Amino acid sequence: MTEPAGSDAARAIARLELTGISKSYPSVVANSGISLRVMPGEIHAMLGENGAGKSTLMKIIYGVVRPDAGAIQWNGREVEITSPSAARRLGIGMVFQHFSLFETLTVAQNIALALDDSPDPGSLAPRIREVSGQYGLPIDPDRLVHSMSVGERQRVEIVRCLLQEPRLLIMDEPSSVLTPQAVEKLFESLRRLAAQGCSILYISHKLDEIQALCDRATVLRAGRVAGTANPREETARTLARMMIGRDLPTCRLTPREAGEIRLAVRDLSLPSSEPFGTDLKNVHLSVRAGEIVGIAGISGNGQAELLRVLSGEDPLADAGAVQLLGRAAGRMGPAQRRALGMRFVPEDRLGRGAVPEMSLAANALLTGYGEPLTHRGLIQFAQVRDFARRIIERFGVKAAGEQSLAGSLSGGNLQKFIVGRETLLQPKVLVVAQPTWGVDVGAAALIHQALVDLRDEGVAVLVVSEELEELFLICDRLAVLAGGRLSRAVRTSDTAVDEVGIWMSGNFATVPEADPVHAQGA
Amino acid sequence: MSILEPRAEPSRRMVLAAPLIAAVAMLLTGSLVFLALGQAPLHAFAVFFLEPLSTAYGVGELFLKATPLILCGVGLALAFRANVQNIGADGQLTMGAIAAGCVALAFPREHAFWLLPLMLLAGALAGMAWAAIPAFLRTRFHTNEILVSLMLVYVAYLLLSYLVHGPLRDPEGFNFPQSQMFAPAALLPLLVDGLRVNLAFPLSLVAVIASWFFCQRSLAGFRMQVSGMAPAAATYAGFSEKGNVWLAFLASGALAGIAGVGEVAGPIGQLQPTVSPGYGFAAIIVAYVGRLHPLGVLLASLLMSLLYLGGETAQINLQLPSAITGLFQGLLLFYLLAADVFIRYRLKPRRAVPVTATENAQAAAPQGSGA
Repeated sequence: MTEPAGSDAARAIARLELTGISKSYPSVVANSGISLRVMPGEIHAMLGENGAGKSTLMKIIYGVVRPDAGAIQWNGREVEITSPSAARRLGIGMVFQHFSLFETLTVAQNIALALDDSPDPGSLAPRIREVSGQYGLPIDPDRLVHSMSVGERQRVEIVRCLLQEPRLLIMDEPSSVLTPQAVEKLFESLRRLAAQGCSILYISHKLDEIQALCDRATVLRAGRVAGTANPREETARTLARMMIGRDLPTCRLTPREAGEIRLAVRDLSLPSSEPFGTDLKNVHLSVRAGEIVGIAGISGNGQAELLRVLSGEDPLADAGAVQLLGRAAGRMGPAQRRALGMRFVPEDRLGRGAVPEMSLAANALLTGYGEPLTHRGLIQFAQVRDFARRIIERFGVKAAGEQSLAGSLSGGNLQKFIVGRETLLQPKVLVVAQPTWGVDVGAAALIHQALVDLRDEGVAVLVVSEELEELFLICDRLAVLAGGRLSRAVRTSDTAVDEVGIWMSGNFATVPEADPVHAQGA
Repeated sequence: MSILEPRAEPSRRMVLAAPLIAAVAMLLTGSLVFLALGQAPLHAFAVFFLEPLSTAYGVGELFLKATPLILCGVGLALAFRANVQNIGADGQLTMGAIAAGCVALAFPREHAFWLLPLMLLAGALAGMAWAAIPAFLRTRFHTNEILVSLMLVYVAYLLLSYLVHGPLRDPEGFNFPQSQMFAPAALLPLLVDGLRVNLAFPLSLVAVIASWFFCQRSLAGFRMQVSGMAPAAATYAGFSEKGNVWLAFLASGALAGIAGVGEVAGPIGQLQPTVSPGYGFAAIIVAYVGRLHPLGVLLASLLMSLLYLGGETAQINLQLPSAITGLFQGLLLFYLLAADVFIRYRLKPRRAVPVTATENAQAAAPQGSGA
């Protein structure tokens, strides 16, 4: 490892300095003349909308992508980073937004494979436990990855990077899967890491987090640096304006009388089919027409299991356990539930919510396959293209066109496409998992507004999210899923973030007992 | 160190170029083989690839042999797109031949128009029934369909062998293990007098068009493709995985069964211990060389048929061993699979200076220069 020599002299030298970095792809200029300075021990925020060029820039730093022009200096010396392993040799670690884990291997095996010296997974386990404990990211080294939720997988990625003792850590939205308390813990460890001289490049859409954690922020817009700022001297509003170039639309929830129950789960107990899954225990839930109900909680507490029961991907033996528009739907598969008017946004975008090797048009057909996109079993291609274009336009999906492959879109853009597809398919009941995962503030506002509009039109909306702020913004009622148990749903206006944070740890003692619709909590 | 790097997107051009690259590589390796056998490569190639097509009869044979390959290949392409690995087309073909043979032998003196359609139906149903076994075992017990469908091929072979040695043996056949010749009404009409190519060839073209329409235009074809590419997305969208497995097996089984009818009601005209020189297996190569696309399957079948014919002329004219056909088929598939790597990967451009970091240059150079 290269330690900066001599303390005082080295202080003035940037850990990483980029000058005039440019990168173009056939259809888009991803980076144009970007300059960036990150000092040793600095926590530097990268802000920008989806497609602003953050990911490309990070890939350049990590050696995945070669820039067309520009220079990179590492500790004051010009370097050419030819590959991720070259980046790791320099001391650059990166936690990716899309996880590169082998599902059939254990956590320890995955981490051993990713380390350049490929140590024995068995001997690695104690170190994984130590690091994961130290940074408040509990993971079991012997667990198989395929049974883990998205949130848990991200923990594996973070721990993997920390094991390599990086001098610069690039983190792509690491907090999106953590509880407020865990985020605070992560921030503590990041600050500790920074105090030891490790620089951190922190990509996030959450402006409040950046204000709490970061020393400086560089804002990208359309591939260029839109400005740098001290986030503590800015407000969320001014930062957002730098990012999107205009004021952020705000979404407002007007009080409204909810209608009949459209989606209900009655006393559902379900042993998990996965060896490390979470059993669901006595889950009760109801969602009425014209309301948004939120389910808070960290991934891995039964979210995946509950969502698969709701979507019909795991049909139940007991038909009555799930009621959809007054019909016993427990045994119905996804197609039957869709036919009744249920729409669903899954938490996995690639491979589940969309087929990566197929075009956006084909992916519009994936769930939009009823009339008029098909007629008597035949695909109506003009209609399919129209529908795909409508999604792209309405939700500002950045893509070359409806023939682009879904896999070529950035995560946030694909998320916009999937949410757009499901909301434009005239739902009567909409179940959304992680609606704004990886999506920038501008697009998040758009998605939130789309969900609220559906609510105002009388659609029953269920949102499962790890982001409490989002839930408090758009939900009429809120329940917490922890350890496979679902709390009673309480009116969002009757509770606060801190209180819900406690429930998320599994302690439901303070959840109001009475029917939350009529009573004001304890 | 790897000399390949992943492409940002799979190359469409390579998808089409790979079969051509494979064909050229097959020819190059083939000329080495010819040299080793003491033949002048150019002359041998002329005998192998041009001589079979020098007569109208030869062209008729090309279409005749392509017919079962097209029928099986179209069905297999359909199944492979849905990620259903039906390796047992040869068994389904054999069962189709048996069923059609039984119908033909049950009505030895019948002249009615319905006999041939009945034989085609019986053959299709028998192929479907044979394919239904791996379909049922996979959907019900998650049994590996590659193993089951492959093993059932040999069961079908043995069943045919038993029948022609026993119950269906021609009593006046001097104890040869074969059935009576079929009545003329049980034989597919010839397209052109003097050539052996029969009605099964246009039938196979209909199968190509129908399959193309199904894959490109129908929702059911789209469903099958999604469930092959991304099973989780198919489940999410509400496409039944089991339904797709059944559909893939039944469709490919029916087409293979019809191919079997085409053989026994065509050039063979009776039941014999073997009715297929491995068309069902060659069709696997055909399906992949044809890029799992119906029109590609048509072209690949013609090429494969030419390999069969060329192998025969090479045996006769050059006294080469019959294994030469299998060798060329194997080379073609081998090179195709190798060339397919370039769809997702490309050769890394050589860099003059493998710089990683100036300060680490000395340390990094040994690893870096290995690239």
